[in-house]
Amino acid sequence: MPLSLQQVEHIAELAKLALTDEEKERYRLQLSAILEYADMLQRLDLDGVPPMSHAVALTNITRPDEPAASSPRDEILANTPDHKDGLIRVRPILE
Amino acid sequence: MSAHALTIHEAGELLRAGDLSSAELTRAILERIHRLDPRVRAYLRVVPEAALAQAEQADAHLARWRREGGALPPRLLGIPLAIKDILCTRGIPTTCGSRILENFVPPYDATAVERLKAQGAVVLGKTNTDEFAMGSSTENSAYFTTRNPWDLSRVPGGSSGGSAAAVAADMALGALGSDTGGSVRQPAGLCGVVGLKPTYGRVSRWGLVAFASSLDQIGPIAKDVRDCAILLQAIAGHDPRDSTSVDAPVPDYLAALEGGIRGLRVGVPREYFVEGVQAGVADAVRAALRVLEGLGATLVEVSLPHTEYALPAYYLIAPAEASANLARYDGVKYGLSVRESADVWDMIRRTRGQGFGPEVKRRIMLGTYALSAGYYDAYYLRAQKTRTLIRQDFDRAFQQVDVLACPVSPTVAFPIGERAEDPLQMYLSDVFTLACSLAGVCGISVPCGFADGLPVGLQIIGNVFDEPTVLRVAYAYEQATDWHTRKPKLDEEV
Amino acid sequence: MEYEAIIGMEVHAQLLTRSKMFCACAADYAAAPPNTRVCPVCLGMPGTLPVINRRAVEFVVMTGLALHCRIADHSRFARKNYHYPDLPKGYQISQYELPLCSDGYLEIEVDGRVKRIGIERVHLEEDTAKLIHTGDYSLIDANRAGVPLMEIVSAPDLRTGEEARQYLTRLRTILRYLGVSSGNMEEGSMRCEVNISLRPAGTDVRGTKVEVKNLNSFRSVKQAIEYETERQRRLLESGERVVQVTMGWDEAHGRTVLQRVKESADDYRYFPEPDLPPLELSRQWVEEIRARLPELPEARRERFVRDYGLSAYDAGVLTADRDVADFFEAVVGLGGDAKGAANWITGEIFRLMNARGLEMGQMPIRPAQLCELMGLIQEGVITTTIAKDVLGHMVDTGESPGDIVRQRGLAQVRDTAALEGVARQVIADNPDAVAQYLAGKEQVLKFLVGQMMKATRGQANPTLAAEILKALLAGHRS
Repeated sequence: MPLSLQQVEHIAELAKLALTDEEKERYRLQLSAILEYADMLQRLDLDGVPPMSHAVALTNITRPDEPAASSPRDEILANTPDHKDGLIRVRPILE
Repeated sequence: MSAHALTIHEAGELLRAGDLSSAELTRAILERIHRLDPRVRAYLRVVPEAALAQAEQADAHLARWRREGGALPPRLLGIPLAIKDILCTRGIPTTCGSRILENFVPPYDATAVERLKAQGAVVLGKTNTDEFAMGSSTENSAYFTTRNPWDLSRVPGGSSGGSAAAVAADMALGALGSDTGGSVRQPAGLCGVVGLKPTYGRVSRWGLVAFASSLDQIGPIAKDVRDCAILLQAIAGHDPRDSTSVDAPVPDYLAALEGGIRGLRVGVPREYFVEGVQAGVADAVRAALRVLEGLGATLVEVSLPHTEYALPAYYLIAPAEASANLARYDGVKYGLSVRESADVWDMIRRTRGQGFGPEVKRRIMLGTYALSAGYYDAYYLRAQKTRTLIRQDFDRAFQQVDVLACPVSPTVAFPIGERAEDPLQMYLSDVFTLACSLAGVCGISVPCGFADGLPVGLQIIGNVFDEPTVLRVAYAYEQATDWHTRKPKLDEEV
Repeated sequence: MEYEAIIGMEVHAQLLTRSKMFCACAADYAAAPPNTRVCPVCLGMPGTLPVINRRAVEFVVMTGLALHCRIADHSRFARKNYHYPDLPKGYQISQYELPLCSDGYLEIEVDGRVKRIGIERVHLEEDTAKLIHTGDYSLIDANRAGVPLMEIVSAPDLRTGEEARQYLTRLRTILRYLGVSSGNMEEGSMRCEVNISLRPAGTDVRGTKVEVKNLNSFRSVKQAIEYETERQRRLLESGERVVQVTMGWDEAHGRTVLQRVKESADDYRYFPEPDLPPLELSRQWVEEIRARLPELPEARRERFVRDYGLSAYDAGVLTADRDVADFFEAVVGLGGDAKGAANWITGEIFRLMNARGLEMGQMPIRPAQLCELMGLIQEGVITTTIAKDVLGHMVDTGESPGDIVRQRGLAQVRDTAALEGVARQVIADNPDAVAQYLAGKEQVLKFLVGQMMKATRGQANPTLAAEILKALLAGHRS
């Protein structure tokens, strides 16, 4: 079933993407086509098949709890668009 | 032979013998980049001063070694290489082909880059890529499209199209790319060079900007199989900074090249020889199979029955992971930030809306949808289960055969713009590389001929951590043919 | 109609590891200038990857064991996807399916009876950066980003604010005993959210859940629950509907205020974290962790009653804080009298701690010093009254009680000749009292002893002083 405009807008909001009306319509059609194609997975009998979330069977990969030096603050903030007195600044956060 | 046309192993011999200096070699390559890259457009950024400084250091090392003897210098000492711009390079902007990271300068090197540098390799610059490695043609780069050195009106493949084109055009002796669903093998195939996707976990992903974390692997792109082995040898191995990198001994990949393939069983998966494969491509690959047979290998027809499900599974899993991996680009900590915004949410939405290109946004949308409430089970979870079946296909096949051989791509390089408007058509160009990525096994693309004057790649897929066998088959094939010695005629067009 | 409140709690506790959850930055950021405990990993820079801090996993398992949880054989991390400027990666590495611990309980006491509060899950995640809101900007300090955070989710088994307060208190005691968290709510190292719904008493109707946040102390948890219960009860009684919202506790005005209306359920799009292989908690690993568990408060309280003959109340007070209980046992171990030590600790030492706003661990007084102080009283060197002053000096200076007594000349005066002089003076200065005593009002002696104590600034041995006075007054009588 093709996606609705409302669904596209909902996804865009979850993904925090500002889209133009033209983009919304294009993605609505393109995503619908891709999902329709992906529907071929519904044909498969997947009962009892475990999902594969990792390509390599490792477990318990951990590190010891040993602190090391953090980065110099200048280095950390070198790429930051807006910062002052060592703090990253953004426009006020309104819910 | 001109210095730029050398392979890594050839150049290495000359460097050690003192018949060539790294500075000369690097200058020759930089000169060639200066002359040809305005047409090929493989590089997003070249760093000539830094490269020459590294070359001079290498020369000093080589001179000391020739004077004083001691341990053999590393194979990559003084060798000029190109790095896909999705691998972090300390102090050199790393854009991932995206506007959103246009001015991002990482304070760290990717482990793979660090390991090349540790050998004394010379970093020439950063090569073009589809934005965040999402694409099969470099047309999704936010900056420009790289041209195929064999036909400048055609794509080089992607997403590591810049690295493949640079190597094919002798604008680097070798390069690193990254492969999530075919992004090393497909452009290598389309540009007529060698490209290897290692087994997932073989090469550290630290510093590789994530597209789809459970699929991404860094791989070498080279002029021949021996060079490919040299590069893999340098970058493979455990890294405690990547929890998915495997702590297993790294075999001697150069030693593995020798010995031939007599008695080896080569699987021919029937699902890869179907309608939709360009006739010239199918012919070249079948001819290659006969060469392998002639070298003493046994061809065995096998089946990977879930092959057709690889594409839909991949295009749910990879975008889902990408939707999370790309959430960090929000204009707060680094990268593009759209300033004239009312509040922080407006800034984040607009930064992401303007900073990402159409394909990236499309995949973020797709991935977000596949993970969202009510659709997770139907899409993401089903895709992950399908992935298990695809892996089992390979497990079964590798009980019967040592390697699999098949085309890399169903067609040769396609004209720029041909598939840009139809994402599904574009996705289909990866149809033969996706299953290998989903299974996490290793695969190589080696040149195996031409169709319509454009290179065709033979894909050899091996079991997990069986890069030695894959390299041996590829090397045996290469030694029996001369496709890898063919060069595009770029100079004549000037 | 009568309503009952159905209350569940989500507690987040920062873990006392040395390094952060997924990188090696120091986890103790309290005194660090902004953004100086930050590296590319915890700032979520492109290409960086997380690596699990093993001790953080073990701390959560320890907590799970202390809370009688089932420890998962297989556990894994998941990405919780949402955008917020304090969340560097745009997702939080957390746990969703397969948390480390589940299905446990914590016991509290209600009306003298033990009540079990279910623990649904205990899982591990990473903290967010700290936001500072000024007028024109929000400021971000990423020092806190990536600090290990343990989430403990109770079953909706709590019914009152007092139960919730007790649950939290006991939970904190356990976390401190384990040494896994400081549990400091005021400083935000322990945070709590409460879910409250009301239903007609005795039914199993599902009421609309209201979430209450911004609870910064045990007291505010109790008050907020009581306020919110009452608010919902009034709504229901007046025939109105409770709306599913998030409320914030307004400490200054003692009320809950609307923070956010939940239009639709949050969609966090959890999926298994591909950067982190799963955890397999073998029996052997879990047993190794279990072997490291200290004695927990309940068991210790029972043992204090049994072994030291303390009242259940005193034992409870002493074991509510691991440092206090350790201090007590150290004093006893050095030969100090158990009941005496308990009295000193729960009386004078607690008073000094409160007055100075110190925790036991911060008090500059060692168990051996309390032991010595108690010995000085027993030997008659100082009186209990003097001892209280000495203790004050001990806390102020960290000096030993013997030194303080010597330097300040606080030892009791046992010199009969000296005391006789004082007694003569007191008799001379108080003719009325002496007359009354001689007239048969013997209780006046106490007053005269008091005058001697005053004259000697408390250093007179009161028994000796009384004897001397009696003897001298007997002379007056004759």
